[in-house]
Amino acid sequence: MSDFPAIHAHQFDDAAQQHEASWLGMWVFLATEVMFFGGMFLGYLLYRTTYPQAFASASNHLDLWLGTINTAVLICSSFTMALAVRAAQIGQKRPIIIFLVLTIVLGAVFLGIKFTEYHVKFEEHLVPGSAFAYDGPLGSSAEIFFSFYFAMTGMHALHMIIGLGLLTTLVVKTARGRFSVSYNTPVELVGLYWHFVDIVWIFLFPLLYLVGRHLR
Amino acid sequence: MSTLGFPLFPEQASTMAPRVDQLYYFLFGVSVFFATLILILIVTFAVKYRRRSDDERPRPISGNLGLEILWTLVPLSLTLVMFVWGARLYFITFYPPSDALEINVVAKQWMWKAQHAEGRAEIDELHIPTGRPVKLIMTSQDVIHDFFVPAFRVKNDVLPGRYTTLWFEATKPGAYRLFCSQYCGTQHSGMIGYIIALEPAEFQAWLSGGATAVSMATAGENLFQKLGCVSCHAPNDTGRGPSLVGLLGKAVRLQSGASVIADEDYIRESILNPQAKIVAGYQPIMPTFKGLISEDGIMQIIAYLKSLKREEGAQVKK
Amino acid sequence: MNGPIEERRQHYLNVNYGLKSWLLTTDHKRIAWLYLIVVTFFFFVGGLFATLIRLELLTPQGDLVQAETYNKLFTMHGVTMIFFFLIPSIPAVLGNFLIPLMIGARDLAFPRLNLASWYIYILGGLFTLAAAAAGGVDTGWTFYTPYSSIYSNTHVALTVIGIFITGFSSILTGLNFIVTIHTMRAPGMTWFRLPLFVWAHYATSIIFILGTPVIAITLALVALERLFGLGIFNPELGGDPLLFQHLFWFYSHPAVYIMILPGMGVISELITCFSRKRVFGYDFIAFSSLAMFVSGQSVYASMIFSLLSMLVAIPSAIKVFNWTATLYKGSISFDAPMLYALGFIGLFTIGGLTGLFLATLGVDVHVHDTYFVIAHFHYIMVGSAVMAYLGGIHFWWPKMTGRKYPEPLARLAAVIIFLGFNLTFFPQFVLGYLGMPRRYHVYPPEFQVLNVMSTAGASILALGYVLPLAYLIWSLRYGAVAGMNAWKARGLEWQTPSPPPTDNFDVTPVVLQEAYAYDVDEPEVIYASEKAAHV
Repeated sequence: MSDFPAIHAHQFDDAAQQHEASWLGMWVFLATEVMFFGGMFLGYLLYRTTYPQAFASASNHLDLWLGTINTAVLICSSFTMALAVRAAQIGQKRPIIIFLVLTIVLGAVFLGIKFTEYHVKFEEHLVPGSAFAYDGPLGSSAEIFFSFYFAMTGMHALHMIIGLGLLTTLVVKTARGRFSVSYNTPVELVGLYWHFVDIVWIFLFPLLYLVGRHLR
Repeated sequence: MSTLGFPLFPEQASTMAPRVDQLYYFLFGVSVFFATLILILIVTFAVKYRRRSDDERPRPISGNLGLEILWTLVPLSLTLVMFVWGARLYFITFYPPSDALEINVVAKQWMWKAQHAEGRAEIDELHIPTGRPVKLIMTSQDVIHDFFVPAFRVKNDVLPGRYTTLWFEATKPGAYRLFCSQYCGTQHSGMIGYIIALEPAEFQAWLSGGATAVSMATAGENLFQKLGCVSCHAPNDTGRGPSLVGLLGKAVRLQSGASVIADEDYIRESILNPQAKIVAGYQPIMPTFKGLISEDGIMQIIAYLKSLKREEGAQVKK
Repeated sequence: MNGPIEERRQHYLNVNYGLKSWLLTTDHKRIAWLYLIVVTFFFFVGGLFATLIRLELLTPQGDLVQAETYNKLFTMHGVTMIFFFLIPSIPAVLGNFLIPLMIGARDLAFPRLNLASWYIYILGGLFTLAAAAAGGVDTGWTFYTPYSSIYSNTHVALTVIGIFITGFSSILTGLNFIVTIHTMRAPGMTWFRLPLFVWAHYATSIIFILGTPVIAITLALVALERLFGLGIFNPELGGDPLLFQHLFWFYSHPAVYIMILPGMGVISELITCFSRKRVFGYDFIAFSSLAMFVSGQSVYASMIFSLLSMLVAIPSAIKVFNWTATLYKGSISFDAPMLYALGFIGLFTIGGLTGLFLATLGVDVHVHDTYFVIAHFHYIMVGSAVMAYLGGIHFWWPKMTGRKYPEPLARLAAVIIFLGFNLTFFPQFVLGYLGMPRRYHVYPPEFQVLNVMSTAGASILALGYVLPLAYLIWSLRYGAVAGMNAWKARGLEWQTPSPPPTDNFDVTPVVLQEAYAYDVDEPEVIYASEKAAHV
């Protein structure tokens, strides 16, 4: 661990304590996020075991290509984020900005594709509610699938939007020279957050898109 | 009624009541013992060790492992006794005797509808015989309710979308309060009534006293014809749907490969959501009857199917 | 004395004045006051609902309010008291004020987050008050589906949104406490020298961060189901109403430990101070707090639940025995905080023992959803948690304000509360076993006498609560000036002036002794005041 300058918030004894506290704080926060998404995952799993055929049928209505592309996009954005954190640790301002901007772009691509999918679902009358229409007898169970689909990917998208906001703030701060070899904790912590959001998608993708899709 | 003019303890009117009360007395005794012990200790210590001068310096006592172990193990053993005793009682309440008299109950905001197999229907009242186990098969038409008879010491939730059961055996004739004990909306506290327990002979008399009551099985048979079930579900597997003779309690192989035991919930689901569990070897062509049949109607059909099993037992296919 | 010298010393209350200095403060002590004011407001709002409930229940008929109004009253009483009073009270008021002081820190780890937590709490409260003003909600605080998601035509969505928002206040407070306790302890303050108050808040914070998100998402799903007709809990569409119950209780069962653990932390402080002894069995009390957090998690399957409920009773019993043993050969004084603490032990014993009745399956079938349950949880939440809160407020009042409250009046209030409480809630055990269900607007006439007793007790209890409100406010101006250590207690918070300076300690303390070192007279042996470099 590199040494820390004397500047730190007044409640801390020194910069090392501040770093330790910030790091622990982010991990505790991520634990709460796991519980938050966990409730939805639990509900999804329960209904999937109750209505396997309906869920498989509904899942086939999701666009597998777009989902796969999005997964690749998000994994790449985690890579660029890691590169940004690395650049911050060695104190190179321009690469930090480049990699952060790349991460933002990739995140925006993800969201763009996601909202395209939402739009298509809206046109196909697959958004739960009064306009929902599903042919076949599995209709009401399929509606439950789509309720979870929109709730879970919607919550994930919300977290990504917040992440984009955080990344933008980091770009501005980096440009103003706020970070250095001795102080780059915010970059590190936003990196943790971004990786977490990525991991949530890694779980969401197979559970929602790959139900019952066997290679024939 | 106690000597005070108002009751302090519910009467015992079922076989379960004395057993529950026995366990209750045990818990009560343990509670009184420990509460009194703590009270006496606190009062004694507070008096004996009250501060007499401002510069008292009590000798520090940081702990005593022996005491800690003692007052961990003693409560642990007592709670284990309570757990085992309570669990055994719970098992008894959970599994009705096989020869119990079955009565169907449908709850809705804000009334109780009961229907006897022989046909008599009641609202907010339930006549039952003493000295014989009675099993209620219950469902709700709307929200969650709960069927509670304090004098019998039994209750169970009544849920929409499935069946729950409750059983008891009344020991003496009388009228016992029935309450709904799961909050269910505006008139929750008005959803009350009485269980009327009668001597067996009087109960039979009451049962046959209803004006031209059609038995549930007969009503179910009429529905079976009227709704067209009979056109697919012929008795010897010659129709487009499987035979339903002897269905209750039988294992059914499903198209997905899994196997289920056909119970009341299975029949109800098959009528309202037929695609959920398709029997192996049959086409998924059964239409849904949601909106075309009431909860009472479903119970009547179930009663009819149960009667098939009993009457045509000799002709049941393997 | 009230001389000019005292007034000139700068501390956290007089360092600056004006509304902005309070509403934009990041000082944990001022934030504690912000919470105190709002929490007190909600307590009396919830109390008002309770008053109307008890007045209605004086007679078997529904003659005071209509059925729907009554249902709204008990719902709003539960929602207000649980989410807006009990859960925040001790942690956000006493925890916020004391944790940095007790561990020798200048503030919490994240002061701005602390202020944000308060604003989030206010926002959530406003939503829920708006729902109340718009006509209220009548689902019960448990929001069981499908009644709440489909059938009720009251302001469910608005209320659950308010609770959802307030949940984040708890989560962030818990996060702040955990990080602070881990990383900001003063030199020499090892984990096993921490006051049990800190341990209690640590365990509570773990429940905050693990449990609250689950109820947040559960209530969000209810709101979405109401607004968009999703079908997740709707049996007509294949949904399962019981799924809601499992998700709801995954939080709400641990939540009851959120409501009692901090109170237990307070009691450990009071009993030790007022018997001048180290606490008996420190390790056991500390670990029993963590054990209660663990065994409070699961709600599946009656058998497992019953067994786990029994097991969680064991750590509670251990605590009661340990506190009682602390009195043995002590030097006991009966100031108001001690009266609250002794009352707590008695009432918690009864509340805890009656919990066993509910955990025992065979008996629970009979008493479930009756007034027996209501009596049990009020013994814990009111008889124990609220008494602990009041005991703590009185105990640390001199530290927070630099003033003492009038002792004879405070003792009288404590006794009135104890007696009023028992008269209110003990008859409800009898009512419950008799079979009176909960949430009943009208009831059969044979239950009336016991209900009248309960209402009589409630009026005494209400008087008991109004007294501290009055004399504590009075003492702010007219109370005797308190010195640094009004109770001659041990604990770092008493080693700094009353009221403390903004940064808590002029010099970082160093801890040299175990907690509750009441046998040692000289403070210099307990705490050094040399500034020690961190690591």
